[in-house]
Amino acid sequence: MMELKQIATAGTMESSDLMITLSPNETGLVIDLQSNVEKQFGQHIRALITEMLTKFDLTNVTVSAVDKGALDCTIKARTVVAIYRGLGKTDYDWKEINAWIA
Amino acid sequence: MVVNKVGREIPKQYADQYGVYAGEEANLADYQLATKQVHPVKPRDNKQLASIHDAIVQTGLKDGMTISFHHHFREGDYVMNMVLAEIARMGIKNISIAPSSIANVHAPLIDYIKQGVVTNITSSGLRDKVGAAISEGILANPVVIRSHGGRARAIVRGDIHIDVAFLGAPSSDEYGNVNGTKGKATCGSLGYAMVDAQYADQVVVITDSLVPYPNTPISIPQTLVDYVVVVDAIGDPEGIAKGATRFTKNPKELLIAEYAAKMITGSAYFKNGFSFQTGTGGAALAVTRFLKEAMIENNIKASFVLGGITNAMADLLTDGLVEKIIDVQDFDHPSAISLGNNPDHYEIDANMYASPLSKGAVINQLDVAILSALEVDTDFNVNVITGSDGVLRGASGGHSDTSAACKMSMVIAPVVRGRIPTIVDQVTTVVTPGSSVDVVVTELGVAINPQRTDLIDMFKASRIPQVTIEELKTKAYQITGEPAPIQYGDQTVALIEYRDGTLIDVVKNV
Repeated sequence: MMELKQIATAGTMESSDLMITLSPNETGLVIDLQSNVEKQFGQHIRALITEMLTKFDLTNVTVSAVDKGALDCTIKARTVVAIYRGLGKTDYDWKEINAWIA
Repeated sequence: MVVNKVGREIPKQYADQYGVYAGEEANLADYQLATKQVHPVKPRDNKQLASIHDAIVQTGLKDGMTISFHHHFREGDYVMNMVLAEIARMGIKNISIAPSSIANVHAPLIDYIKQGVVTNITSSGLRDKVGAAISEGILANPVVIRSHGGRARAIVRGDIHIDVAFLGAPSSDEYGNVNGTKGKATCGSLGYAMVDAQYADQVVVITDSLVPYPNTPISIPQTLVDYVVVVDAIGDPEGIAKGATRFTKNPKELLIAEYAAKMITGSAYFKNGFSFQTGTGGAALAVTRFLKEAMIENNIKASFVLGGITNAMADLLTDGLVEKIIDVQDFDHPSAISLGNNPDHYEIDANMYASPLSKGAVINQLDVAILSALEVDTDFNVNVITGSDGVLRGASGGHSDTSAACKMSMVIAPVVRGRIPTIVDQVTTVVTPGSSVDVVVTELGVAINPQRTDLIDMFKASRIPQVTIEELKTKAYQITGEPAPIQYGDQTVALIEYRDGTLIDVVKNV
C-alpha cells in the first residue's frame, strides 16, 4: 500500500475542468465532491477518482474536488497529476497513463 | 395518469382539468371571447393617483384576485417587485400572478410565496433563483407555464381572467395613453402588455415619465386604462438589454450559425420576399449576420422579420434588406429606438404575434424560424424550460408557437454543453413536440426530421453535412457518458401547457 507524502493539488476552477486536492489521512478514502453535474454524473465521477487512486494502491486519502463539468479524460488526468505530486514523483509512466486515459 | 401524444404521463387531476396534448391542431375549436367588467370614466374624472398603495385601494384588490404584469423590462423590471411589496405590506393574501414572464430580478417573489401572498403563478418562464425555489416545491399549486401565444390565447378565451393589470409604461399622459418608445426607461414594443390592457377588468398604468396629453404614438390607449400612477423609476434601462448577446467568437457557435445560414440560403424559401425570425443567443445573431451577407450577394430582400427584435434586425431594415420589422418585444435599446423612429418597424400584440386562437397570427405567415434549445431528443421534442438536472430555469417563450406555424423551423444547439449532452434519448421536459421541429443544426451536422420528406428531397444534393438525430445523440453520449436519471419527488411543481391549453408535460419537484 502506498502513502501520500504531501498535500497536492491539480486542475483549475474553470468551466469543463476539475480542481482536485489530495491530503493524506489515516482513516481511509473520503471523497468530498462538489459538481455542477452532481445529479447526472456525481457517482460516476467519484468512481472515476477512486479508480485512479486504486491504480496507485492509495486508500488513506482525503479527496476534495470541485467539478465544473469536466469530461472523463480531464477528471482522470487531473487526478493522476495530483497523485504524482502527492507522492513527490516526477517520473511519469506515460505509456501506462495513456492506457488509462484512452 | 394519462399518457399524451408525446408519451408523457400527466397526473389525472390535471389531465381532467386541462386536457392532454393530442396533436398540434387537435384542440383549436371555435370559442367565445372573454368578457370583462368596465367602469366608465366620466368627464372631469381624474385618473391620476398618488401611489401604488392608492391604486391597490381604488381597484379594490383583495384576497384571491388575479393580477398581471408584462416582462418588457426583462432583468431591469422594478414594477412587479414594487406592486407585490405593497400588496404584502397591506396584508392581502392568496393572489394569483400572471406576468408574461419572470426574471432573476424577481427573486423577492420567493418570500411572497412563502408568506402566502402569492399562491398561484402562470408565466412563460422561471429563472435561476425563483425556478430553483419552485422546483424545491415552495408553492403548493403548480406553476402553469404558457408560451407567448398560449398566454394570449388563455387571456382571450378567458382561461386567465385578469382582475387588475399593473402595467409599467415608459411614458404615459395623465389619461393613460402609453407607449414604450419615449421616457426614461424605454423598452420599445409593449406587445405582451397590450393583451392585458385589452382584457383586464381594471388597468393601472405605472410610469416614471409623465408627458403632456395626448401622448403619441399610442400603444395602449386611454380607453383601456383606469388609473395612472407616477413613480420615481419603473425599470433599469441597462437591465432591459441584459442577457442580449454580442456577436459570438466561439468557433463552435460560428460553425452552427454557418450551417444554419446555409440551410436557409439552400432552401426553396430563400427568395425575394422571404421572412424569418431569430432569437437572441450568440449563434442566432451570427446566423443573422451570415444571412445578411448572403442576401447582399444574391440581391435578395426579405419581406419581414419577426420577433423578439435585436439590433441586428434593426440594421437589416436600415440597410434596406428587409421591408418591415414586426415587433412584439425588443431585446436591446437600439431596437427600441428603431421602433420609435422607423414607420416600417411595426408594433403588434402577442395575440397577433402567436395566438393559436386568433383569426391568423403573424407566425402563420413566417417562412423560417431559428430557435434555441436546452435539449432535443431523438423524437425531435425540444426542452427549453428545465435544465438537465430537472430544475426549472428557462422559458417557453414563442418556441412551440413559432415551430408549429412557420414553414421551416430550425433548432440550433451544440451537441454537448460542457459535460451535458444536448441531443438526448428523451428530453427532461417537452415544451415543443417533435412534429413541429423540422431541422436540428449542430456543429457536427444537420439532422432533418424524417417526417419532412419534402425537406429531405430539397437538401438531397446539399453539401452541408447531414446526420440522423440518433447519430447526434450517440456522438453526444460518447463525449459525456450516459447521464444518470434524475430522481424526482411526488409533487407536481409545474404544468407545461401546449399553446392550445392542453398539457404537453408536467415538472416534478427535485
